[in-house]
Amino acid sequence: MINMHTLNTIHLNSGQKIAIKYFSMAVVLFVVQIVFGILAGTQFNNPEFLYQIIDFNVNRMVHINAMIIWLLYGFIGSVYWLIEDEAKTELVGKKLANFGFWVLTIAVLVVVLVFLFIQSGEGSYASIWLINEGREYIEAPRWADIGIVFVMLIFFYNIYATFIKGKWSGIAGVLVLDLAALAGVYLAGMFYSDNISMDQFWWWWVVHLWVEATWEVLVGCIMAWVLMKTINADRRIVTTWLYIEVTLMLGSGILGLGHHYFWIGTPEYWLTIGGFFSALEPIPLVAMLVHALYDSGVKNFKSTNNPALAWLIAHAFGNFFGAGVWGFFQTLPQINLYTHGTQWTASHGHLAFFGAYATINIAMFYMAIQVWRGNIHMGSSLIDNGWKWKTSLALLNIGVVGMTIAMLIAGYKQAFIERAVEGSTWSGYFKAQSDPSFLLAMDWRMTFGWIIALGLIILIWDLITIGSHSEMKNNKPKLLST
Amino acid sequence: MIKKDEIIWWASENFWKKSAIFVTGLMTLVLVLLTFDTVNKITAGSKRVPAYTVINNQIDYKYNKTRNMFEPVIGSESPLFGNMLTAEEAEGLINLGKLTIQAKNCMNCHTLLGNGAYYAPDLTKAWLDPGWGAKSVRETLMLNFLMDPENNARTFGTNRKMPNLGLTEAEAKSIIAYLKWMSSIDTNGFPTNFKTIKQ
Repeated sequence: MINMHTLNTIHLNSGQKIAIKYFSMAVVLFVVQIVFGILAGTQFNNPEFLYQIIDFNVNRMVHINAMIIWLLYGFIGSVYWLIEDEAKTELVGKKLANFGFWVLTIAVLVVVLVFLFIQSGEGSYASIWLINEGREYIEAPRWADIGIVFVMLIFFYNIYATFIKGKWSGIAGVLVLDLAALAGVYLAGMFYSDNISMDQFWWWWVVHLWVEATWEVLVGCIMAWVLMKTINADRRIVTTWLYIEVTLMLGSGILGLGHHYFWIGTPEYWLTIGGFFSALEPIPLVAMLVHALYDSGVKNFKSTNNPALAWLIAHAFGNFFGAGVWGFFQTLPQINLYTHGTQWTASHGHLAFFGAYATINIAMFYMAIQVWRGNIHMGSSLIDNGWKWKTSLALLNIGVVGMTIAMLIAGYKQAFIERAVEGSTWSGYFKAQSDPSFLLAMDWRMTFGWIIALGLIILIWDLITIGSHSEMKNNKPKLLST
Repeated sequence: MIKKDEIIWWASENFWKKSAIFVTGLMTLVLVLLTFDTVNKITAGSKRVPAYTVINNQIDYKYNKTRNMFEPVIGSESPLFGNMLTAEEAEGLINLGKLTIQAKNCMNCHTLLGNGAYYAPDLTKAWLDPGWGAKSVRETLMLNFLMDPENNARTFGTNRKMPNLGLTEAEAKSIIAYLKWMSSIDTNGFPTNFKTIKQ
C-alpha cells in the first residue's frame, strides 16, 4: 500500500515528474539569489567587505541572474505541471524534457562557477563567448545563450505537440503563442554591437518584452489554470479574463517598451510613445487583481490548498503594486529624467519581480507539494494552523515591502541631491550616497534583507515538511477525492 | 449558470479573443515599423549617434533653448592622447573599448546611459565630469585611475573603491575613447543640468 502522505512520484503524472525537478532547482537558485543579494547589500554599506575577492559587480550579477533563472525554472516547471491536465493527454517527449532539464542545469552550473571563479576576461570576443557578456540580466556568455535557446525550443516543441495531440483550449492557445514569442525575443539579445545605443535598444527587447509582456502573459495562463484548480473557478470566465489580460497587457506593454528608449540615444518620439503606453501598463494588472480577488471572493476563499491561495493573492497584489504602481511612479519622462538609474529603479525592480513572479512560483511549489504527497488537504487540517507557511509568507512579504520602501526613500534622496541639485556629476553622486537619510535607508534595506532570508529558510522548511505525517492533526492526512 | 447566448457581446470570450489577436498584431506591427526608423537614426554616424571619429574633436554638453533640453555640442579638433585617428582606427579603438567594458562587467557597478547597477557613478557623461579638474590633465588622470584604481581612488569620502581589473594600457585607453564617444550621443537631455569640465 502506498503511504499517502510521504513524497512519492507515484502520485504524479509524467509532466509533473519533470516539473518537480524544475521546482527543486528553482528553490536552490532562489537560495543562491538571496545569499548573493545579502553579500552585495553588505558590500554596498561596507565597501571593504570581500573587496578584490568577490567584488560587487560579481555578487550583484549572480544575484540578478539567479533570480531570472529560478523564475524561469519555476515557469517551465509550472507549465510541465499543468500540461497533462490541460491537454488531457500524456506529455509527448518525456525523455526530451528530461534531457532539456539536464542541459539547462549543467549550463547554469558551469556559468555560475565561471562567474565566481574566473569573473572577467580581457577585452575580446572570446571573453564574451566564454566568460561573461557584461550586459545586465543577460550576462550569460554566448555559448550559454545558444544552450538556453536550444532548451526553450525543446520546451516549446513539447508543449505544442502535447496540446496538438490532446485537447486544445483557450489557455493552450495563449500559452503556445506566448512561449514562441518568449523564445523568439531572446534572439534579439544574442549579438554584439560596438554602438551602445544599438546594443541597449535590442537588449531592452529581451529584458522588457520578457518581464513586461511575455512573462506577464505566461503568469496569466498559470493563474487561469490555478484558479480553476484551487477555487474551482469557471473555465469560461477565466479564459475570457485571460483574453482581456492579453489585450490590455500587450496593447500597453509592447509599445511601453518605449519607456526604456527615453535616454539611450533613440529619437524624441519615444518620449511620447513610451510615456503614454507605459502609463497604461498598470491597467491590465488592475484587471488581474480584480479578477483573482473577485473569483476568490465568490468562492468565499474556500480552497483545498490555503498556502497556494494565499500566495496567489500575494501575487495579485504584488503584481499590481510592484509592477503597476511602482512602475507608474517613474514612467513619465518628466519624472524619469531625474529617477532613471537611481534607487527608485531598484525599489521598483525588487517589488515587481517578487510581487509579479516569485509569488506565483511559490504558489505553484505548494500546488506541487500537495499532489506529490498524494493530493492531501492543505487547509484547516494542518497542525498549529499552518504557522510555518503563514510565518514565511509574512516574513517574505514584509521583507520585500520594507526593502522597497527603504530603497524608495534612498531613491528620493538620490534623485533630489544627485540629479536635481548637483546635475548628476560624480561628486553629486557621492554626495547623495553619503547623505545621512540615504545611509539610514540603506541600513534598513539590509535589515529587511535579513528578514527575507529568514522567511526563505522557514519557507523551505515548510515546503519540505508540510502535509507530512507529523504535520497533520491526529497524524492523519485528509485526502482529497481525485 | 449563465448560458452562452445570454452573454452580452462585449463580455464574450469570442470578442476578447479577437481583440487580443488584433491588438497584439497591431502593436507588434507598429513596434516593427518604429524599429526600422529608430535603428536608422541610432546607427553610428547619424545625427543623434555620431561617427566614432568624433573622438578627434572637442565635445561639450549645453542647454538648447529651442529643444528645452541639454544636448552634446561637437567642437573643433581635439585629438585623444594627441593622435588624430582615421575612421578605421577610431572604430578599432571603440570596438576594443566596448569589448573591454562588457568583458570587465562594468555595468554591474556603474550605469551607462543610466542603465546598469547603482554602486558607482553613471558613465554617460563621465568624459565631461568636472571631477577630472582641468582638460589638460584629464586624459592622464583617467588613465592612471583605470590602470590602478585602488591607489588613485576617487571615493569622495565614501570608501567605495573600484577594484583593480587588470586592464592593459591599450584597454584603458580604449575605455577612455569609448567614454569620450559616448558623451557625444544625443540622450534627449539626460542627465539634465550637468555641469561640464571647464572647456
